[in-house]
Amino acid sequence: MTQNIVEIDNLSFGYKRRMLHQGITMAFPRGKVVAIMGGSGSGKTTLLRLIGGQVKPSKGEVRVDGKVVHEQDREGIYLLRRKMGMLFQHGALFTDLSVFENVAFPMRELTDLPESMIHDLVLMKLHAVGLRGAHNLKPAELSGGMARRVSLARAVALDPDIIMYDEPFAGLDPISMGVICDLIRTLNDALGATSIIVTHDVEETFSFADYIYFVANGVVAAEGTPNDLRNSDLPFVHQFVYGETDGPVPFHYPAGNYKEELMGFKA
Amino acid sequence: MIRSSLLIGAARAIRKIGGDFIDRVWRLGAGTRLLGLTLISSGESFRRFHLVIREVYFTGVRSLIIISVSAFFVGMVLALQGYNTLQKYGSSEAIGVLVALALVRELGPVVTALLFAGRAGTAITAEIGLMKATEQLSAMEMMAVSPISRVVAPRFWAGVISMPILASLFSMIGILGGYMVAVPLIGVDAGAFWSQMQANVDWRFDIVNGVIKSVVFGVACTIIALFEGYDAPPTAEGVSSATTRTVVTSSLVVLALDFALTSFMIS
Repeated sequence: MTQNIVEIDNLSFGYKRRMLHQGITMAFPRGKVVAIMGGSGSGKTTLLRLIGGQVKPSKGEVRVDGKVVHEQDREGIYLLRRKMGMLFQHGALFTDLSVFENVAFPMRELTDLPESMIHDLVLMKLHAVGLRGAHNLKPAELSGGMARRVSLARAVALDPDIIMYDEPFAGLDPISMGVICDLIRTLNDALGATSIIVTHDVEETFSFADYIYFVANGVVAAEGTPNDLRNSDLPFVHQFVYGETDGPVPFHYPAGNYKEELMGFKA
Repeated sequence: MIRSSLLIGAARAIRKIGGDFIDRVWRLGAGTRLLGLTLISSGESFRRFHLVIREVYFTGVRSLIIISVSAFFVGMVLALQGYNTLQKYGSSEAIGVLVALALVRELGPVVTALLFAGRAGTAITAEIGLMKATEQLSAMEMMAVSPISRVVAPRFWAGVISMPILASLFSMIGILGGYMVAVPLIGVDAGAFWSQMQANVDWRFDIVNGVIKSVVFGVACTIIALFEGYDAPPTAEGVSSATTRTVVTSSLVVLALDFALTSFMIS
């Protein structure tokens, strides 16, 4: 058993015109909560898709439990994915199924558990996220925070080894945010899983993550524990952590000469 | 100057025609590939037939009203128009045959397929397109559940099963509509109406051929609706134009296939 459940090794990935990642190396030790942070459009979510085998790297490799993801055939990738649970940005609940059926979905599809056991397991998972009482509701009847929690219950339905979170705090009120923070840490420790969180919310992430990677311009710009990063001298990390509007990440999108563009305008 | 701008315009137009053509060919190939994948991944649909039954309810049962009402009116109009012409030749008793043959051979399968594309096809495209836009298909993939076997295949078989049943109902209700106009309203002899129909409608040549047509239309309409949804860009605009394309493509394909099938069947 390798010490790191997920390893990203010198990974490059991009589309025809733009390389998103250029030689990224990361390690996710078992049992830890690791965050990947960076600005919007820095390819954080794509890293999760690469770990899940939904896209293939242009160079380098991702290893999950010692196995190179992009070398697996379809069966192999599905076997690896059974070890993963993923919370999508907006929950991605199945809108035609009730809350109960959403959480039961992976159990029904991937196991032969009897109905009575599925019933008990689903209620236990929902109880863990505080929504046992909402099991009869439809996703449309839930608030954003509740939907995220149901989705979390579904992600951990089969007790995965790796739980991936794509922007778990986006668009949540402070109370729901606090609840999700607590749940990420508690579920991680209770299940003995490894959590990978993609986010740009500094305060929340710094409060519970064990280790943080900063991604910028396609490379790992900085890494360390929350304390290391708070005290970092790197200008980019400083700008990001303290939310300064201008710095190494410029306020302005690259543009031509301002004066020339205004004066040269012809209707 | 003018000449060069004309040349540029012409080159752009040719490039666009070429691009559109390549796009059509690509879509045809991708649609056929989806059909192949669906057929390969259909085992699950038959093992858990309740998934198909559920979709038969949504695509078939809920199309019943529009199919029945349209069939009734089409039958009535056929009888009115047919009587008008037939009585000139003194053969108004043949009205039953005319109504039955028109419905069983052509109008039943074709009009049902056109209505099906508008009623059920659009619903399938919009549903799958939105499932994609809200990451539900990605979520399924990440759970190691294939969306083709869990979402696409049951809907495909539901469409293929529903279409011949709907077309048969269309023909039956249409004949009833024709009867209502011909016998009580116009005063054609009821015995002549039914006996001429019985004597002149052939089981193999008319009825079975009609059913074959509707099965082919069922495959075509359903796979087009599924492909458009599956291929839709995950945006509001993408889903809306995919829905429109479903109706347009399905209608044209049904009419073209009808001509091809009829010419085979008659020769």
